[in-house]
Amino acid sequence: MSGHEVIFAIVFAVAGVAGALVVSSRNVVHAALFLVAALGSIAGLFLLLGAEFIGWTQILIYVGAIVVLLLFGIMLTKAPMGRMALDNPKRGMAFIVAAGTFGGLTWLIWDAFGEKEIPLNTAVRTADIGRSMFDRFVLPFEAISVLLLAALVGAIVLARKD
Amino acid sequence: MNLAWVLTLGALLFSIGIYGVISRRNAVLVLMSIELMLNAVNINLIAFGSYFGDQAAVGQIFALFVIAVAAGEVGIGLAIVLMIFRNRETVNLDEVDLLKW
Repeated sequence: MSGHEVIFAIVFAVAGVAGALVVSSRNVVHAALFLVAALGSIAGLFLLLGAEFIGWTQILIYVGAIVVLLLFGIMLTKAPMGRMALDNPKRGMAFIVAAGTFGGLTWLIWDAFGEKEIPLNTAVRTADIGRSMFDRFVLPFEAISVLLLAALVGAIVLARKD
Repeated sequence: MNLAWVLTLGALLFSIGIYGVISRRNAVLVLMSIELMLNAVNINLIAFGSYFGDQAAVGQIFALFVIAVAAGEVGIGLAIVLMIFRNRETVNLDEVDLLKW
């Protein structure tokens, strides 16, 4: 195993365990903290795959902003603790659906890409991303900014007291 | 590094997210599971981006768009959750069935 594969194995284990704990933890705040661990290890995977800018963006936006927002949501809604308050009694069916999805996807992935290797000698520079974003993808970029503006206005309209 | 293992991690996180969305009752926890699913999609985009290795970095740009949409989604989602909590004193999704039947 090369160094990349060792780090990927660690990332795989941390992300899998932390993700499973996000959906099974009985304490809402603990679930949010496990979400930080899962998202942080995924950021490590992005760095490993040569996506430096996306890796740091992931840490800034997900860990820095979205998780904090979710913690505010937990705080403001006085979430109850305990399994019955947090989980549906029919979670066996949910497990069957999730296991079926995982089995099907994994079978398809290994059938299609079982032998393919990712070349890890090139990292994409941030300058390339910027050039591509403001050249080829400038129209989707503008659409995204309109979407974010709409989300901002919508969140204010929904959440204000009137 | 093997491409299929990276995609398997994406599939695992997506399935965990599906389990969370179906089995959780608390609306904030459902939003967390949706974040996990969006991140699994990002893993796929980045993995294929560095597998094909094109100069325009298309996979990474689409991952950025997904992150932006996720930020907007969680903002609107929490605003709706706060609205429901203010009106009904609960965020239990089994009790929020105003539009059902």
